[in-house]
Amino acid sequence: MQNPERRPVVDVVMSERLAISAGAATRSKVLDRLRLGDAMFRNLTRTAAIGVLLLLSGVIASLIQGSIPAIKAFGFGFLVNSRWNPVTENFGALPAIYGTILTSFIAMLIAVPVGLMIAFFLTELCPQWLRRPIGIAIELLAGIPSIIYGIWGLFIFAPFLQATLQPFLINTLGNVPGIGSLFTGPPYGIGMLTSGLILAIMVLPFVTAITRDVFEAVPAVLKEAAYGLGCTRWEVVRNVVMPYARVGIIGGIMLALGRALGETMAVTFVIGNAHRISPSILAPGTTISATIANEFNEAVGDLYTSALIELGLILFVITFIVLAIARYMLMRIERRIG
Amino acid sequence: MADNVLTMRYGGRRSRDIVATVVAISATLFGVGWLVLILGALLWKGFSGLSVAVFTQMTPPPGSTGGLLNPIFGSLILTALAVVIGTPIGILAGTYMAEYGRYDKLTSVVRFINDILLSAPSIVVGLFIYEVMVAPMGHFSGYAGGVALAVLVIPVVVRTTEDMLTLVPNALREAATSIGLPRSLSITRICYRAARAGMVTGVLLAVARITGETAPLLFTSLNNQFWSTDLNQPISSLPVIIFQFALSPYKDWQDLAWTGALIITLTVLALSISARALVRTGKQS
Repeated sequence: MQNPERRPVVDVVMSERLAISAGAATRSKVLDRLRLGDAMFRNLTRTAAIGVLLLLSGVIASLIQGSIPAIKAFGFGFLVNSRWNPVTENFGALPAIYGTILTSFIAMLIAVPVGLMIAFFLTELCPQWLRRPIGIAIELLAGIPSIIYGIWGLFIFAPFLQATLQPFLINTLGNVPGIGSLFTGPPYGIGMLTSGLILAIMVLPFVTAITRDVFEAVPAVLKEAAYGLGCTRWEVVRNVVMPYARVGIIGGIMLALGRALGETMAVTFVIGNAHRISPSILAPGTTISATIANEFNEAVGDLYTSALIELGLILFVITFIVLAIARYMLMRIERRIG
Repeated sequence: MADNVLTMRYGGRRSRDIVATVVAISATLFGVGWLVLILGALLWKGFSGLSVAVFTQMTPPPGSTGGLLNPIFGSLILTALAVVIGTPIGILAGTYMAEYGRYDKLTSVVRFINDILLSAPSIVVGLFIYEVMVAPMGHFSGYAGGVALAVLVIPVVVRTTEDMLTLVPNALREAATSIGLPRSLSITRICYRAARAGMVTGVLLAVARITGETAPLLFTSLNNQFWSTDLNQPISSLPVIIFQFALSPYKDWQDLAWTGALIITLTVLALSISARALVRTGKQS
């Protein structure tokens, strides 16, 4: 009798499962069966991998198909028309595109410098024992669902801004010639600025986590050399770490921008859903995602639905481009490290 | 004289460093402060409404008391459906990328596309499922909601499966091959076992991700004020109920929305903390 531990697998399989009925002559049959199972599993995984590709193509194809009536009706003018009138079925995407870009811009304006400074703190200044807790806190902030930001923004943050920041901006910057028109009008509480600020809080963890990771990936030799020359910590980060990690930082920023552009629920609560472009950033507006979330279920008629789907298509194309650039840049920095 | 110039120059560099340090510390306090503020508000507003009734009663009509039983149940069902559909596809795709085609062209394309799906706007996924399921079927349904969430589960699971399988040492695969184990069995019996903690983490993260997702459910599973277990009909879910109740003018509905928000947040935090703990024990062993 052979020692079972030293038999090839095919013999184990035969003795345990099949040999009883089939006998020794079918050794090649067992091998065939194993080979077949192997090929099937390989093809199954390959199909699933291709399925991921099909998923993305499916999303694009279905959005294009859904927006054909609107494309036929409005053509290129859809992108530059600033009217949105369900009654006369005259739809234009400009206010939504403007709102999407403006709120994301406000968000990045705040989240990027703050995120970079937090990464600086976490990698160079923070005592070792505090790094993990702060890192975890920042990552938990990233995990909070956007609807929570929405409800918090609507009931707590917007009234707070209405009472404090917005009157302050109106009374100070609002009187400055030139940029003053950005800060005019009544303090609604909700609006573009509030949405931008909430988006800033939401994307801050993404910017922070990625910049921290790329900061940490900078070779210690470079930093030590700079410290050896007598650089201060800020000088090391400013002149050595940041230039070295530049590509990764930009990748992280683009990734966060992709999130901000497509964010729906947090914005829907506090944007005000007004289809107009106002000069003041305190005024209510709308974004692509908020328009879809608010109006899709109420949309009557094929053209209305189709216009909303075309908005979705525009959003998808914008975020796809931004995310593709982000991934490309992060892949470049990974290759350099790896 | 020369001393003075040096002191001035060094002093300037030093004060710049101090300013940067202060700014960095304030930025960190600012960042962590939001977490404290948001969690504080949730606990303060949501905790008072937390009672047994929340878990045993249906959503009320405006002006009366009730609970969140039907949306909680609906959310659980939709999440389970999404995990059941999304996890196998994600694991299989991740397996191909790490085991069979690690250096393939196909793998790098799939990885790129998957990373984009990972951060694609979830409302677009809702539109997609509306187009391919709700419109042809002619009505909103729990199935559509589950599939929409599955589309969000897949990229998370693909990513973690690929990463975790890549970490499995090649010596294990070689040992398996040396005793004549077919490739498929060496993957399912050896590699999956070695990477199990990480793969479970991936599923937990995916569940955390979809727990609070609202946008893809708005026009797939829609909403239902009543108790329903029929997945072929519109079904209630916590995020959609929060959305509806928070924007309503009724005080009781708004209070329930806060309680629901608290439940969701605690669930998500528990999931992501246990996922983190799992990764840590996996690393130690």
